[in-house]
Amino acid sequence: MSQVTLYTITGVILFFMGLRAFLLYAHLVRKILAFNVMGSGIFLLLVGIASRVPCAAPDPVPHALVLTGIVVSVSFTAFGLVLLRRIYAKTGKAHITTEMEDTDAQ
Amino acid sequence: MLPLATATLVFLSGRRAASFFLFPGAAAVIVSVCGLLCQVWTFGPQRHTVGGWSAPLGIELYADGLSASLLALTAVIMSAAGFYALVTTRRGGTHCEGCDNDLFWPLWFFLWATLNAVFLSRDIFNLYITLELLVLCAVPLLTLAGSGAALTAGMRYLLVAMLGSMAYLLGTVLLYAQYSTLSIPQLGALIESTPATLAAVVLITSGLLLKTALFPLHFWLPGAHGNAPTPVSALLSGLVVKASFYLLLRLWFGAFPRAISPAAGQYIGILGSAAIVWGSLLALRQVRLKLVIAYSTVAQVGYFFLLFPLATRLVRPSDSPDWMAMAGSGTLYFLISHGLAKASMFLSAGCIAHAAGSDRLSEFIGIGRYLPVSVFAFALAGVSLMGLPPSGGFVGKWLMLKAAFGTGQWWWAVVMSVGGLLAAAYVFMVLKQAVVFRLVDIRFYEVPAGMQWAALLLALSSLLLGLSGEAPFDLLEIGSPFSAPTSAGSPP
Repeated sequence: MSQVTLYTITGVILFFMGLRAFLLYAHLVRKILAFNVMGSGIFLLLVGIASRVPCAAPDPVPHALVLTGIVVSVSFTAFGLVLLRRIYAKTGKAHITTEMEDTDAQ
Repeated sequence: MLPLATATLVFLSGRRAASFFLFPGAAAVIVSVCGLLCQVWTFGPQRHTVGGWSAPLGIELYADGLSASLLALTAVIMSAAGFYALVTTRRGGTHCEGCDNDLFWPLWFFLWATLNAVFLSRDIFNLYITLELLVLCAVPLLTLAGSGAALTAGMRYLLVAMLGSMAYLLGTVLLYAQYSTLSIPQLGALIESTPATLAAVVLITSGLLLKTALFPLHFWLPGAHGNAPTPVSALLSGLVVKASFYLLLRLWFGAFPRAISPAAGQYIGILGSAAIVWGSLLALRQVRLKLVIAYSTVAQVGYFFLLFPLATRLVRPSDSPDWMAMAGSGTLYFLISHGLAKASMFLSAGCIAHAAGSDRLSEFIGIGRYLPVSVFAFALAGVSLMGLPPSGGFVGKWLMLKAAFGTGQWWWAVVMSVGGLLAAAYVFMVLKQAVVFRLVDIRFYEVPAGMQWAALLLALSSLLLGLSGEAPFDLLEIGSPFSAPTSAGSPP
């Protein structure tokens, strides 16, 4: 199995592992971590794609996409964690349930 | 150019003494949007490469009739809702709902810049970035309301958006791996129906459907739109859900047309119909006004998705382009007037909630006597949503109904009519509470006039859209993705 195939398949496996964790676990920290794993899977896939033409130099566009993607995922993680702390401070729980939405907004 | 200008304004407004930057900032963006409209009107689609780097490595900004009209919509709604927020903070007393937070105005302008960027982008990765930015701006604005419900709804929205973005990104990566290009017109020329492409299409579409809250993926929307600060709700329902819909539209008609079968359009239409019925029925069951309006958004989003079955080349390919163009114009018209009407509804709901101290339907019986302007605005917006003439909503629905009959798909017409009836039901449910003429001894707070007039202005715009005749259609036709194949797809 070539290196490119190894990277791409691992990337896809990571994505689906992250997806399963994202959907199954209720704790918010786990969801955010699962999101990061999904992101890493996609980045690995992108890096694998960059070398899909075996003899030529690697394609720079996927590398640029990975960098941008990393920035995006860091921002989302940071914001998600801050929001999680606020929710924990407000409600004492680290997962979201439907009872919290029945209060009046005003 | 436009998003960059707005972003610079944002950096200026990042200070405490920011209030005197707000009006010039908003005015500058409005002026440039008008300028762009005139340019698109006279010269056709405009293209601008940022920094001189052309595709595929650089970012290309592109404005055609659809983009320009959506930019104008954004400018109008953000100005009106912004005015509302300003008046709330200045004279609203303690009922500010978080609008007086230091971060509110920078976030507001960031959101404006991001919306502009969404409507001006033309390659899939840039669209991905702008989608992420939208979420990153919208969720903080939503959570500024501070209540437990708002924080929870914000978290749910964030998680849903993360999931949708990941699906979209994976689809984008798969497409790039196959075709080595990110630009939508180039993809449109190259794309074929291979398994990897179909997987990518499914992923991208699911991700975007999650973000536009199409049934059955709508579970996050009512909480988010119902619990946000009022001007933010107006933005969320009026603009942010439209952004992901706009993306889906661009991709389906610009990049994917040769890869997908007409049956796919029918599936989406079925989901859209389910959304219309389900959303309207749930709206009738709500106890809080803002949730009624939020469920109404769920229902109206279903209407937008009826575009897909109506506009994909289906039964008679020989005369499809005309019906396609008609379905396209109708849906877009409906989209624009819905944005205005929904924003107006949220703003008037905010006025009513401000006056009554809560937005439960049982709390504001008879409020029509105290807040005639707000209730009238709500009624006008309701008229547009129901699709009564002469509002913009009527024109949109009329065109969609014609397209439905023209392509022989009468079943969508039935759904649309049922939807109109249900919309009337929930609008009247609210109005009944407001217009009751009993003398009830409930204390109402003073509501500043500025807030009420902001709501009314938006509702009137929605009405005027129906009266303005041919002009908006000609604008939408410029570079439209629905025109016949010979004229669509300008060279990259």
